[in-house]
Amino acid sequence: MMTSAVEAVEAVALRVTRGGREVLHGLDFKVHRGAVCGLLGPSGGGKTTLMRAVVGVQAGVHGRVDVLGEPAGSPGLRSRVGYVTQDPAVYGDLSVRHNLAYFADILGTERARVGEVIRDVALTEAVDQRVDTLSGGQRARVSLAAALLSRPELLVLDEPTVGLDPVLRRDLWEMFAALGAAGTTLLVSSHVMDEAARCDRLLLLREGRLVADDTLPDLLERTGTTDVESAFLSLAVVA
Amino acid sequence: MTARATLATTRRVLRQLKADHRTVALLLLVPVILMTLLRYVFADAPQTFDRIGGPLLALFPFTTMFLVTSVAMLRERTSGTLERLLSTPMGKGDLLTGYALAFGLVAVAQTSIAAAVALGPLGLQVQGSTGLLVLLAVLDALLGTSLGLLLSAFARTEFQAVQFLPAVVLPQLLLCGLFAPREAMAQPLQWLSDVLPLTYAVQGMQRIAVSPDVTSALLTDLGIVAACVVVFVALGAATLPRRSA
Repeated sequence: MMTSAVEAVEAVALRVTRGGREVLHGLDFKVHRGAVCGLLGPSGGGKTTLMRAVVGVQAGVHGRVDVLGEPAGSPGLRSRVGYVTQDPAVYGDLSVRHNLAYFADILGTERARVGEVIRDVALTEAVDQRVDTLSGGQRARVSLAAALLSRPELLVLDEPTVGLDPVLRRDLWEMFAALGAAGTTLLVSSHVMDEAARCDRLLLLREGRLVADDTLPDLLERTGTTDVESAFLSLAVVA
Repeated sequence: MTARATLATTRRVLRQLKADHRTVALLLLVPVILMTLLRYVFADAPQTFDRIGGPLLALFPFTTMFLVTSVAMLRERTSGTLERLLSTPMGKGDLLTGYALAFGLVAVAQTSIAAAVALGPLGLQVQGSTGLLVLLAVLDALLGTSLGLLLSAFARTEFQAVQFLPAVVLPQLLLCGLFAPREAMAQPLQWLSDVLPLTYAVQGMQRIAVSPDVTSALLTDLGIVAACVVVFVALGAATLPRRSA
């Protein structure tokens, strides 16, 4: 794991209000550089809102969120942070290649990167297919590939493995681990608790509050449980 | 702003359009069909065809680009691609200029075809130069595009976006002086007509139809249409928030 004086993400008293309702209630956490950090919890718990606050696209954010040493959403961060939304944000009426060529142009990335990221997400076979003819899992990987183009220092991935077959899920997690080993920080949300085993650190979020910020072994030891699901349950009951 | 991001956006928008053959055919052929229809509706009154035909060439690009842009932009908003674009280093100006360039080019093609058929086989009489006619038509297309960009912010669904056509375009059409001379309207309607941009687009086309001279009145009309485009693009940029709830 790469270490650095500046944290990848540092949140202090992070609160988010949406439509007059507070959905995140004062969170404090850090994500270290080069870590693969899992953001786990049931849907509706605020995972997406937290990620959007980190990326800087969420309105109604109070408290402090610093990303790579700058306030979240600063113009200087736009090429250093990659964000993949849960619904793939790509053009359905363009081919995989044309989508990625466009994103490479607006990111100012060299065109040779397009071929590399297509290989990284295993879409070489589908490169000339229109995105709206692809399966949901393939579309999600086009969206992921677009975020990889600029070699971001922080990758924020919202449920990247939903609907993927187990082989692809394993491949993607291996890619996340490789990116982490190479110094990229990843914040990955999931509601699949067994994906926790793939993460260096876990943030457990429930109803807008962090119920755990720990490594998996420490979490299991602290709760006296043998899997994340049970750990989550024991913490949720206490809270 | 960077030329690479702007031109990439233009290329991408045109590529999306090209993939949609039916829309391309409708964009290019409907004006020709309507001009032909108009010609034969006024078969016994060629001077009426001459009076309405020119301004109509200004209306096609305005109306079609307004619709196409508002739906395209709404799709960007609802599909999440707009949020993705705004979270990249690309400037809002790159996106809006890219769109304007793409639809401006489509307008050149659309107007060239419609004008060629109208001025050729249909025998439309226009005193001004064809170049000026195409220039004004492109300005009108940009007017439609910029208004579409702006109003797409106020539509949540494609149904709503399409309803902006009768809500925003038809009143301007009624008041622009094409159906009834502006001088003959009641004073409040004239005031209203004065502040609607389509008035100047149609008025400019009427001037080109009757006179080969580039008068200062014509230049004023062109200037007002161009200024409206700039204002709508600026307002449109303000409706692209980098943060949303």
